[in-house]
Amino acid sequence: MSFELINSKLLVGFGTTCLLFLLTLVLSLPLGLLIMFGLKCPFKPIKWLCNVFVWAIRGTPLMLQLFVVFYVPSMLFGLRIFSFTSTTVFDGRFIAALITFVINYACYFSVIFRGGVDNISRGQFEAGKVLGMTKSQIFFKVILLQVIKTVIPPVSNEVITLVKDTSLARVISVAEIFFINETEILTKAIVWPLFYIGVFFLLFVGLLTVLFNYIEKKLSYFKA
Amino acid sequence: MAYLEVQNLNKSFGKTEVLKGIDLSVEKGEVLSIIGSSGSGKTTLLRCMNFLEFADSGKMILDGETLIDGDSVKKESENELRKKRLNFGLVFQSFNLFPQYSVLKNLTLAPTLLLKERFKEYKKTEKDGQKRKEWLAAEKKAINDDCLALLDRVGLTEKANSYPCELSGGQSQRVAIARALALKPKILCFDEPTSALDPELTGEVLKVIKGLKNKDTTMIIVTHEMGFAKSVSDKVIFMADGIVEEEGTPKEVFGATKSEKLKAFLSNVTDKEGE
Repeated sequence: MSFELINSKLLVGFGTTCLLFLLTLVLSLPLGLLIMFGLKCPFKPIKWLCNVFVWAIRGTPLMLQLFVVFYVPSMLFGLRIFSFTSTTVFDGRFIAALITFVINYACYFSVIFRGGVDNISRGQFEAGKVLGMTKSQIFFKVILLQVIKTVIPPVSNEVITLVKDTSLARVISVAEIFFINETEILTKAIVWPLFYIGVFFLLFVGLLTVLFNYIEKKLSYFKA
Repeated sequence: MAYLEVQNLNKSFGKTEVLKGIDLSVEKGEVLSIIGSSGSGKTTLLRCMNFLEFADSGKMILDGETLIDGDSVKKESENELRKKRLNFGLVFQSFNLFPQYSVLKNLTLAPTLLLKERFKEYKKTEKDGQKRKEWLAAEKKAINDDCLALLDRVGLTEKANSYPCELSGGQSQRVAIARALALKPKILCFDEPTSALDPELTGEVLKVIKGLKNKDTTMIIVTHEMGFAKSVSDKVIFMADGIVEEEGTPKEVFGATKSEKLKAFLSNVTDKEGE
């Protein structure tokens, strides 16, 4: 196999990895916020339910969750939600992996967000109240940016983990970079692509680190 | 009936009775100081009046409008509470400025949010888009001018574009006072406004509060600064164990003290000041 051929195959796989990463991030952050509201809900049953859910998701391996989401609907109920035949990037396997990642990461984010909100002094909420703001105005105009500032470091940790966790999608045969490498390249006893993949990830994470440093710097004009 | 009338106000936290039937009245333009040792219920009283805590029973009537009637507040919607809160301004011990906004934006934020609501109402009557735009621009400018004038009043015009983390404690508290005034509350409350400040910074804040005193500004001040309470107040209340132990003009309360508890409290405070 020529370098060009291997390179193009790996790039396709890496494209899938990137897509999975980006979509997971974009969807899990707002879902995490939603679950956070559930965790802080004064109505006990909702709070309890969210806590159990977060416990279950954080307490089981991501790999197990991938299997469950992808196989269980068809095995138990005969539902073919996720088509097993691969045609485009957005095939059933990809969607199943995406759903799993979004739920999994939303749970981690929700706990980080809750910590961030709990960290904001009660006085900020009260100051908003006595100034006649509504609850949502207080949250979005006063609290949110302060929470974002305090959660950036833990969130950046999770995001970097997510980059690497995408490789787990391989277990349900999503055609991401490891799957392609394993099925099409490693079988031919070519070793160097492993290092090549390592460099991919290093660059990706390096880019994210720069981005998060930039955001932190942008928000350093105030003290939360 | 007085401008603000509080009658038999009660509040418990669990089994602890914090307020046991508070009565007080304030006339328009008066300054009322509330003194008393820690745990006497001063702050809780202020928080009940600002609807940050909900009274269990009693009444509060402001300018003829009944704001608290028994435990009615506990059942009220967030929106009703919000409207009631707007009657009062509250300056906190710990300033609670919004750190991500500039000083000026701290002042304009709440009035601008209220403007949005007024704009919705206005839109119902005015269909002309151009006029709407002009109306909104004029109102925004009015808010901005008002707030700049308030900053001038507390002597911080040059800090308009600074952020709270760049201010000293005294400056922060002066901004907080201006922010509370920006909504033109009927009654301005202070919850130990100088307790979080270094001693050399309390003076500037007290000076600003004194400067606010006029026939239209009604103020309720919870304070540990006896000298200040003496000089600024029209009326002083001494609270102990959840009741009003003594009340009267500063002369009566500080000069002709009747209650033993107040005597003990005052001698304690002056002892400390002498140290």
